[in-house]
Amino acid sequence: MLQIDQEIVDAIVAHARRDHPDEACGVVAGPAGSDRPQRFIPMLNAARSPTFYEFDSQDLLRLYRELDDRDEEPVVIYHSHTATEAYPSRTDISLAMEPGAHYVLVSTREPDTTDLRSYRIVDGAVTEEEVRVLPTLQAVDTSTEREAPQR
Amino acid sequence: MSVEVRIPTILRQYTGGEKAVAGSGATLVELIDDLESRHPGLRDRLVDEKGLRRFVNVYLNDEDVRFLGGLETSLSDGDNVTVLPAVAGGAPGATARA
Repeated sequence: MLQIDQEIVDAIVAHARRDHPDEACGVVAGPAGSDRPQRFIPMLNAARSPTFYEFDSQDLLRLYRELDDRDEEPVVIYHSHTATEAYPSRTDISLAMEPGAHYVLVSTREPDTTDLRSYRIVDGAVTEEEVRVLPTLQAVDTSTEREAPQR
Repeated sequence: MSVEVRIPTILRQYTGGEKAVAGSGATLVELIDDLESRHPGLRDRLVDEKGLRRFVNVYLNDEDVRFLGGLETSLSDGDNVTVLPAVAGGAPGATARA
């Protein structure tokens, strides 16, 4: 099962809508081993194509270095299908190289509804999983506490 | 002459789980041969009969070797080589551009 904040789901969908009819792609990073997607990182689709996506090679290196430095991993790898359903294609399956990641697919083929589904792809085998969207918690504002002037 | 090679998660099955291994070679192709001698199976995941696999990225320090000399890229002592599988895919019927 994928548990993901509403705010991040909204960000993924907005990215997919923005790049439509080209495919959009990106990752959501989280602390290594946590299985918690927390940091939304939209990536450029270097293929700029309605039927293909690929992270730019320099961006990919920068991304993985940054994840490594922060002790994070790509908990979610997402991309959109802009004319077909939110199901991994043969190409998606053969190129899936992160067995620990949740592969999230978004379909933007319908203008008014966006389908978002999640899969595990391990050694060419696809397993769909439940997506549990967590309501976004309001950030606790502690600024007054920190910045309160001395009495 | 030693080069550090960073191995992605998916290929650590060939390195006993190690994230980085040491190797040697004057060029990338020699380095891959050297790695293969200690980590059998790794070469096949990096190269095919046409050269470096299309969806495997290899970087020398910060540069994609495709923009250097490919498999013939020269290596120096202390270099860092990073292997990263492409993050890519496509819609049904799409064909990857080579």
